[in-house]
Amino acid sequence: MIVLKQKPLEWILDATKNYSKILIVGCNGCSGIYQVGGEKQVESLKMFLEMAFKLKLKRNIKIESCTLLRQCDGDLVASSLRPLIKNLGKHGALVSLACGVGVQTISNIFPEITVIPGCDTLFMGMRTKELGEFHELCKACGDCMLFETGGVCPITRCSKGLLNGPCGGMREGKCEVDPTRDCAWALIYERLKAQGRLDLFLKFRPPRDYRVAASPRVWRGE
Amino acid sequence: MSGKFVYTAEIEAGKTTNLEEIVEKGKMLKNYVTAINVTDNPGACAHMNPLIPSYVIQRDVGVESVYQITCRDRNRLAIISDLLAAAALGIRNVLVITGDHVTFGDNPGAKPVFDLDSATLVYLIRKMVDEGVDLAGNKIEGEVKFHVGIAANPNAVPLELEILKIARKVKLGIDFIQTQCVFDIDLAKEFLREVRRFNIPVLIGICPVRSIGMMKWYIKECPGGIKIPLDIQERLKIAKERKGKKGVLEESIEVSAELIKELRKTTSASGVHIMAIGFEHVIPKIIERSRS
Repeated sequence: MIVLKQKPLEWILDATKNYSKILIVGCNGCSGIYQVGGEKQVESLKMFLEMAFKLKLKRNIKIESCTLLRQCDGDLVASSLRPLIKNLGKHGALVSLACGVGVQTISNIFPEITVIPGCDTLFMGMRTKELGEFHELCKACGDCMLFETGGVCPITRCSKGLLNGPCGGMREGKCEVDPTRDCAWALIYERLKAQGRLDLFLKFRPPRDYRVAASPRVWRGE
Repeated sequence: MSGKFVYTAEIEAGKTTNLEEIVEKGKMLKNYVTAINVTDNPGACAHMNPLIPSYVIQRDVGVESVYQITCRDRNRLAIISDLLAAAALGIRNVLVITGDHVTFGDNPGAKPVFDLDSATLVYLIRKMVDEGVDLAGNKIEGEVKFHVGIAANPNAVPLELEILKIARKVKLGIDFIQTQCVFDIDLAKEFLREVRRFNIPVLIGICPVRSIGMMKWYIKECPGGIKIPLDIQERLKIAKERKGKKGVLEESIEVSAELIKELRKTTSASGVHIMAIGFEHVIPKIIERSRS
């Protein structure tokens, strides 16, 4: 999932204050699942902005809202938002509660509209329910080696992204950057040892070819 | 490194434009050590590029230098370029290190590079030395001659993991190992037993301490973790009570000399690498006492 967090409400108010109409668009994909930009959050933001415009900016604001199944689906965005965007007119702005991909999907389809990101996109990761924390797990490096590293990604989970770790800073299985965090390469060692595959730990991995991850990436399908 | 017990020492290039001080330190160490390491932005602090002091030490002091390179601050292009310059300047020894993370340093907001790691850097140097090409196979004009060294930590837990890491690099082709500080002779002995099968010269790291604070830093905060046996901790604390800070340094010199003696007499260590950054004047004393 893409992990994101909503921007501070004051920031969103400041970004929207000069518009006369606002359309808030939520996303029931990653953003909705993690309760950052789903239906409930769209409604809360709508209520906040209506009240804030009234109390702080001393004027009423017309706010419409909707929540899409996925904001990264161009066809869905085009068909669902077209009538609403028509209503928005020249003096309106759209607030997207999706990730940066959702924001840009809307911007690409409706380039005449100002799209305000209501969230900051953080990373691709997973929620650990026990801790209520989100952990980054994949950097989309374009050259997956997880089958050789016991299912632990060193590119993402090693602070230095080492291919042949751990570094000399590993301390009793913890990372030198944050001693509360497991050293990815110590985890890899433990898992491969348990699998009886320390030969994979010993394997030398030559320098990566970063062309596979050179931004902006394009995939034309095969 | 055959036969004779080897002493090497380490100096920092420093956040300075002054090369004289480095030359002075080199001259002080000249009659005691076989080679002098020059650190590369140690602790992720931006210092003078160690290439220049490494060259100057060889030219003006007449001691071989060990040019240290970390992978933290430069991508493969910059590292190849520096290695070519080092080869052109007659530098013969390179110690490759991953490098402490930038967040430890004096510019903690810097972008960490780590295009290469210490293993891929060994791989690069091997290509340059053995095949006369760079990583992509582009031909290099002229000869590249380096002895390649790696760092290792006998204090590492689990030690097996550290040994596997060394094995990976041994297979690529390395010429020597210089270790992290060791205070516990038993750990040094265990480490030396484990790496003996690689038949690579090992210089055990020796670090005198000049304060109880420094001792505590090694125990609690130093990346990688360093063990200081309780009896050594006790000796240093008693020395502090009796003679203050000066007493700690004196006792530490004694502890270091004893460790070296034991290593020389009872182990397969090829020598020691002494790190006393900022108080290098103790290095000759330690070496003299270790020989007595």
